[in-house]
Amino acid sequence: MKDVVSKYGNSGIIILAIAFMLFTFSCSKKENGNVTIKFWAMGTEAEYVTKLVPEFEKKNPGIHVEVQQIPWNAAQEKLVTAFASDNTPDICQLGNTWIPQFSSLGGIIKLDDFIAESKVINKENYFSGVWDTNIMDSSVYGIPWYIDTRLMFYRTDVFKKAGYDNPPRSWDELYDLCKKIKALYPGQDKYAIYLPTNEWNAFIIFALENGAQLLKDNNSLGNFSSEKFKEAFKFLTRFHKEKLAPIGISQVTNVYQAFVEEYFSIYISGPWNINEFKKWMTSDLADKWSTAPMPSKYGDHYPGVSLAGGSSLVIFKDCEYKDEAWKFIEYLSQTSIQLEFYKLLYDLPAVKEAWEDSSLANNKYMQAFHTQFENVVATPKVPEWEQIAFAKVQQYAEIVVRGAMTVDEALANLDKYVDKILEKRRWLLSKEKR
Amino acid sequence: MKDSYSFSSRAAYFFLAPAVIAILIFFFIPVIAAFIMSFTDFDIYAFGSLDTVRFIGFRNYIQLFEDPLFWQSLQNTVYYVVLATPLAIGISLGAAILLNTKLIKYKGFFRLSYFIPYITTLVAVAIVWRFIYHPKFGILNYFLGLFGVNPIDWLGNPTLAMPAIVIMSVWKTFGYNMIIFLAGLQNIPEDLYEAASLEGANEWQKFKAITIPMLAPTTLFVSIITIVGYFQLFAEPYIMTQGGPLNKTLSIVGYMYQEGFRWWNMGYSASISFVLFFIILIVTVIQFKLQKNRLA
Repeated sequence: MKDVVSKYGNSGIIILAIAFMLFTFSCSKKENGNVTIKFWAMGTEAEYVTKLVPEFEKKNPGIHVEVQQIPWNAAQEKLVTAFASDNTPDICQLGNTWIPQFSSLGGIIKLDDFIAESKVINKENYFSGVWDTNIMDSSVYGIPWYIDTRLMFYRTDVFKKAGYDNPPRSWDELYDLCKKIKALYPGQDKYAIYLPTNEWNAFIIFALENGAQLLKDNNSLGNFSSEKFKEAFKFLTRFHKEKLAPIGISQVTNVYQAFVEEYFSIYISGPWNINEFKKWMTSDLADKWSTAPMPSKYGDHYPGVSLAGGSSLVIFKDCEYKDEAWKFIEYLSQTSIQLEFYKLLYDLPAVKEAWEDSSLANNKYMQAFHTQFENVVATPKVPEWEQIAFAKVQQYAEIVVRGAMTVDEALANLDKYVDKILEKRRWLLSKEKR
Repeated sequence: MKDSYSFSSRAAYFFLAPAVIAILIFFFIPVIAAFIMSFTDFDIYAFGSLDTVRFIGFRNYIQLFEDPLFWQSLQNTVYYVVLATPLAIGISLGAAILLNTKLIKYKGFFRLSYFIPYITTLVAVAIVWRFIYHPKFGILNYFLGLFGVNPIDWLGNPTLAMPAIVIMSVWKTFGYNMIIFLAGLQNIPEDLYEAASLEGANEWQKFKAITIPMLAPTTLFVSIITIVGYFQLFAEPYIMTQGGPLNKTLSIVGYMYQEGFRWWNMGYSASISFVLFFIILIVTVIQFKLQKNRLA
């Protein structure tokens, strides 16, 4: 030691200090038979799930759960860097569209063996569309914790004025209704539906309802120029072109205020907005809004398709105490705990049985969600999907709505860039084959 | 003699070592790593297994030059720099000259209020300006409305969004330049002006013949700092427009962030950062050359 110091002076000490710093990351530890499980959860979920931990620890002496809160918008960044530096948690809440990423990284483990032996968790307890988002190459990587989807929030009073006592069940009805709503405000800067071009969801939902296959050849090439996608895309952008939906997005800095002012009467959004709408639609407006499932194309197989969203619980590869971690996942998946969590912060329970409870069954806004969950599907399960959706689908939707390109041009360009994004995937697939 | 020299130089190395090592570890090594990375296709798969990383030579750079979004972001950034730099320098010089005259009272108050935007958190400022620019409830449209101007969708309109960001960031940064100009003005010897007055020069002539040449080094410094800073435009559009509408406010750094930390195309993102580095280097060299010619 003395030699090192004299030879390298300060630098030796500093390098040692840094090396020491790098090695003092806390891992899950076992001290006199006690196991600590690190659980990363996001935003408000993390805040409330801590309230459920004491009961688990009481029932499972020797297991201690340490919840760490990470903000949603930094979550992915934090998880990827944690993974890169071998500093992952044991359990984590993961948006179910991130499962493809972390499973192809080899960061999270298959749960099939745990499920096979579990008395609490089995496939039949879950909505099949949501369960499917957790499957990669026929293995299960995540257990749905809470779920969401998107459907229509609408103004019941405006619908009535436009001659619709019930929400539209088909695309034609939706279009007709929007025409009639627009006609209620001649010469005014008001619209029927809000289809923001900085959100890809509506464009993908309608395409999926139309039976479009978004990516082709084992999800290695874009397929947005297909007739099915084109048809749905044209159907939606028509609302913008005919001024049934506002084109700009910056005049709607506050969707709730705009909804109150009848700036638009239909907004496609998720369960997180129920409480927001309750806050804004007060006094005589309180009973003037509701939720409805997505329309189907021809109205025959109601409801139409929507997206299977939500968060799943996953176990990381480096977790030392997988059995204990699984116990905690099982605990959070019990119907009673799912309901308790719903009552704490209105995250919709993933377990079907919980939906029979009066707190959900008697809630008029929830019924539409219950119906909708019977027809939800996953977006293409490739790590690149988010980039494709956020960077490209949105970009070309905006270009078309603003008339900068025709639909055909835009979708051909979209395919071109999606193919570029998927180049690595094609290379990996061809390497696997060899 | 020789001995004491080597002793003192060894002592110097000893005292320099902490800083040099810190710079080495936290600056040079990451920069070199990023440079190497820019020749690979390092992406999300690479975090899982380094076997998937391919050395692809200049492909990132070639792809970059074929990427319309990169050109768009470069064009936006240049447009922003060209618009904002003269404005920022002109306004800060003007403010400095006003604050330097003997006519104005409460100089400390004005100096402080011009400087406050600079020290305020950019994120908070950007959020406030988003309200100012709001097409329906914004105070800017309210004032324009008093003169019969119809509401303008500042941040939602593809042609106006960037100018709107320019106005905001000039307002945000001119205080800093102003302080530097103020220091430069106070370094100009008073007798030059006195001599000019005796020769019968008017205010404009004095400004042209004394103030501007005497401020040349300050102006060079200010313009380099401003241009280098403005080329790295990021937080303003990130918060106010997220690069929209129609990508008209997407800056180079914004694009780099998007590719690197949103989509994990680290290799591609690194190549963007080196292109930006060379652009800034070239612009700075040109500025030095121009300044030298003028002084010669």
